[in-house]
Amino acid sequence: MLKEILKILEGDARITAEKLATMTGTQVAEVKKLIKKAESDRTILKYKTMINWDKVGDEQVWALIEVKITPQRDVGFDAIAERIYRFPQARSAYLVSGTYDLAVLVMGKSMHEISDFVAQKLAPIEGVQGTVTHFLLKRFKEDGEILAGREETKRQPVIL
Amino acid sequence: MTINPQGQQDKYRGKISQRVERLSPSGIRKFFDLLASMEGVISLGVGEPDFATPWHIREAAIYSLERGYTMYTSNLGMPELRELLSRYLKDTYNLEYEPGGELLITVGVSEALDLAMRAIIDPGDEVIMPDPCYVAYSSCVILAGGIPVMVPTSEENSFEVSAADIEAQITSKTRAILLGYPSNPTGAVMPKDKLKQVAEVARRHNLAVVSDEIYAKLVYGVPHTCLAALPGMKGQTILLGGFSKAYAMTGWRIGYAAASSEIISAMTKVHQYTIMSAPTMGQVAAIEALRAGKDSVAEMVEDYNRRRLVIVEGLNDIGLSCFEPKGAFYAFPSIKATGMTSEEFAEKLLIEEKVAVVPGNAFGKCGEGYVRCCYATSLADIEEALSRIKRFVDRHC
Repeated sequence: MLKEILKILEGDARITAEKLATMTGTQVAEVKKLIKKAESDRTILKYKTMINWDKVGDEQVWALIEVKITPQRDVGFDAIAERIYRFPQARSAYLVSGTYDLAVLVMGKSMHEISDFVAQKLAPIEGVQGTVTHFLLKRFKEDGEILAGREETKRQPVIL
Repeated sequence: MTINPQGQQDKYRGKISQRVERLSPSGIRKFFDLLASMEGVISLGVGEPDFATPWHIREAAIYSLERGYTMYTSNLGMPELRELLSRYLKDTYNLEYEPGGELLITVGVSEALDLAMRAIIDPGDEVIMPDPCYVAYSSCVILAGGIPVMVPTSEENSFEVSAADIEAQITSKTRAILLGYPSNPTGAVMPKDKLKQVAEVARRHNLAVVSDEIYAKLVYGVPHTCLAALPGMKGQTILLGGFSKAYAMTGWRIGYAAASSEIISAMTKVHQYTIMSAPTMGQVAAIEALRAGKDSVAEMVEDYNRRRLVIVEGLNDIGLSCFEPKGAFYAFPSIKATGMTSEEFAEKLLIEEKVAVVPGNAFGKCGEGYVRCCYATSLADIEEALSRIKRFVDRHC
């Protein structure tokens, strides 16, 4: 039941407990209880809104940074990863397989701001062997949403 | 008498065949025309998914065009599609159909239904079907020269047709029983035991059963029973299915018939003279759907189920009592409490609140007093429609 509720909320966080109860055939009180618990044990991390900032002319610059690091005894990649992801500029951080180790998504107001961050904060961290910065040029799809717009339903109004 | 552009009286009249003349023109044509002229309407009057066909299926079809798959296929349909379909029926229902002679790919279930009727009916033969049912059933029987015989079903019995009621209608002229479950328009699903009783009647009286199972994959919390899979029924069943509803592929026009080789070869005769072969691009898309469409279907079904629960509860809260539909994507609420006929209700609701529903009488006499609401529509639209219907009912009750 919890999984079903979470799935619905993941698609639309504004759905009320009452509607969730209808959709899952559960009592409202039970839904509220499950949500509360999921919030407190950080199963639900937060509720947020996805915004296309381009529409309001607010320029954001994003970059995907490949970081190659030397793992450390006992803690592996985690300690260096933490030093990096604690910077608020790092919006997402992942350990990945392949030719580099960490993939870090960084957001800033300008290319300059991001390159400063990489050059002054990220690259000099002890254990970081090298970085490659890819600036994002265009967003097509994010989190399942196509930014250009959803496909319209092209149906006849009545079909028997 | 009409006047042609040259100003002469047009004498060429009265040449429409009686058979076609007798077909009831869809009684709600006027209603459709009105709807077409309006803007801002929320339509619960559709009979198809609001999803576009899953991308992997569309992409496969695009690729097939690039490779030049633009010719006719074999009359029966592409061998690969029939192979996959045969395997699908085996895996799903443990039914074995020979891809080389017991399966026919058609232009939607619509064509399959027409072929089935033409293949088995002689003039004057009777075909028994539940009332209400899909609009094309009785017309297909009439076009084939047969006589539709309606068996009433009711909300009290969850719109499930009873074997005894069917048996009561059997005469020496009865040739077949035509079933469509999960049902359009009611959303009813036949439970296995009740379907078994119908099967027994069919066997006892040696009747063919044409089973339109286009909504087979759209069931919620109950299993779908395939009629052909019931003991001893494969031989006398003409199983009809298709890709339109489950895979959101209505416009591709791909359906199929599965039956004995004798019946399929009879149907194929008509098919080859009228259609040749089902659309090639659609068949390629159907192949991809059978190969890799499982997850997309499961996702859509999950989504329909949530909307189903919302609309049924919403209608009941408004005071339009609505039995719980277990299949397809229709709710069939009673509007008897308003004192209006289903046509009045639908027309007034459209004019006053701009919500389109289909009057139940379009589906047979027993559909009177009900309207069909399709919930294959976005949740936001369903909720807006419900609030408009509530306003409407509050005003008129």
